[in-house]
Amino acid sequence: MRADRFGWSRYAAPTNFYPLAGRLIPWFAAPAIVLTLVGLYLGFFVAPTDFRQGEAYRIIFIHVPAAWMSMWIYVCMAVYAGVGLVFNTRLSSMMAGALAPTGALFTFLALWTGSLWGKPMWGTWWVWDARLTSELVLLFLYVGVMALTASIDDPRRADRASGLLALVGVINVPIIYFSVQWWNTLHQGASLSPSGGSRMATSMLMAMLVMTLAFWMYSFVAVFMRVRCIILERERYVDWARELAGQER
Amino acid sequence: MTWTEFWNMGGYAPYVWGSYGVTALLLAAEVAQLLSRKRAAHRRLREIGKMEVG
Repeated sequence: MRADRFGWSRYAAPTNFYPLAGRLIPWFAAPAIVLTLVGLYLGFFVAPTDFRQGEAYRIIFIHVPAAWMSMWIYVCMAVYAGVGLVFNTRLSSMMAGALAPTGALFTFLALWTGSLWGKPMWGTWWVWDARLTSELVLLFLYVGVMALTASIDDPRRADRASGLLALVGVINVPIIYFSVQWWNTLHQGASLSPSGGSRMATSMLMAMLVMTLAFWMYSFVAVFMRVRCIILERERYVDWARELAGQER
Repeated sequence: MTWTEFWNMGGYAPYVWGSYGVTALLLAAEVAQLLSRKRAAHRRLREIGKMEVG
């Protein structure tokens, strides 16, 4: 029964995960800062001016990473929500809840930066094209998950309801990803694809990948910070949390 | 390239800096919000502690 030789399951308990998450935060915060600085340097000083788009194309160094993170965080959230629903593990549902606002933030940033790129390049802030619309649906899904969690008083019931929505909504992620192939969209095709490789200059690609890693590391920091808050706020752990809060100041 | 040229971004300054600026602002705001949420959680736990003693 106990196949867990390394004791990983110990960290499935929120009270054990709380200090672990706290210790991990600086190990993700430091690379997040360094990678951001390197990414900005590559994006603004190494990558050359695009011959068609001029300097405006530099928006993609945050637009594409934000869009990737918006989808990746959703997948992580759905997996945690699914595990929470099936195995009734509290920490999984808490992690799902902790991922939602950061995912929503990156979704908003993908839409915002896309809009600011679209205005000078397409001549419009917004079109109801498949890629843009499905990304907007992603934002609504995140907001729906957060609103559902907030609107139900009993945290266990809130976890189940929002977990179900998160799980059903995951269908939207492949729709976003493949939207540029399935439909005739104004949005350009994939910047990077397993079959086609990259159609960009190496320095441009590097800037984009480094910024993606930076956003990823940042997401760990934000999600670990938030899951620690969620654990402290749950009534169930109030005695444990009081002792811990006393030690931590 | 001079700094003036750099900030001008070939005439696309509002779009480029509007993107980077809002991104930086929102990420910083998220961290600030999480720090204040943590402080609020600790404050609440201290208050619960006092109620039980008092």
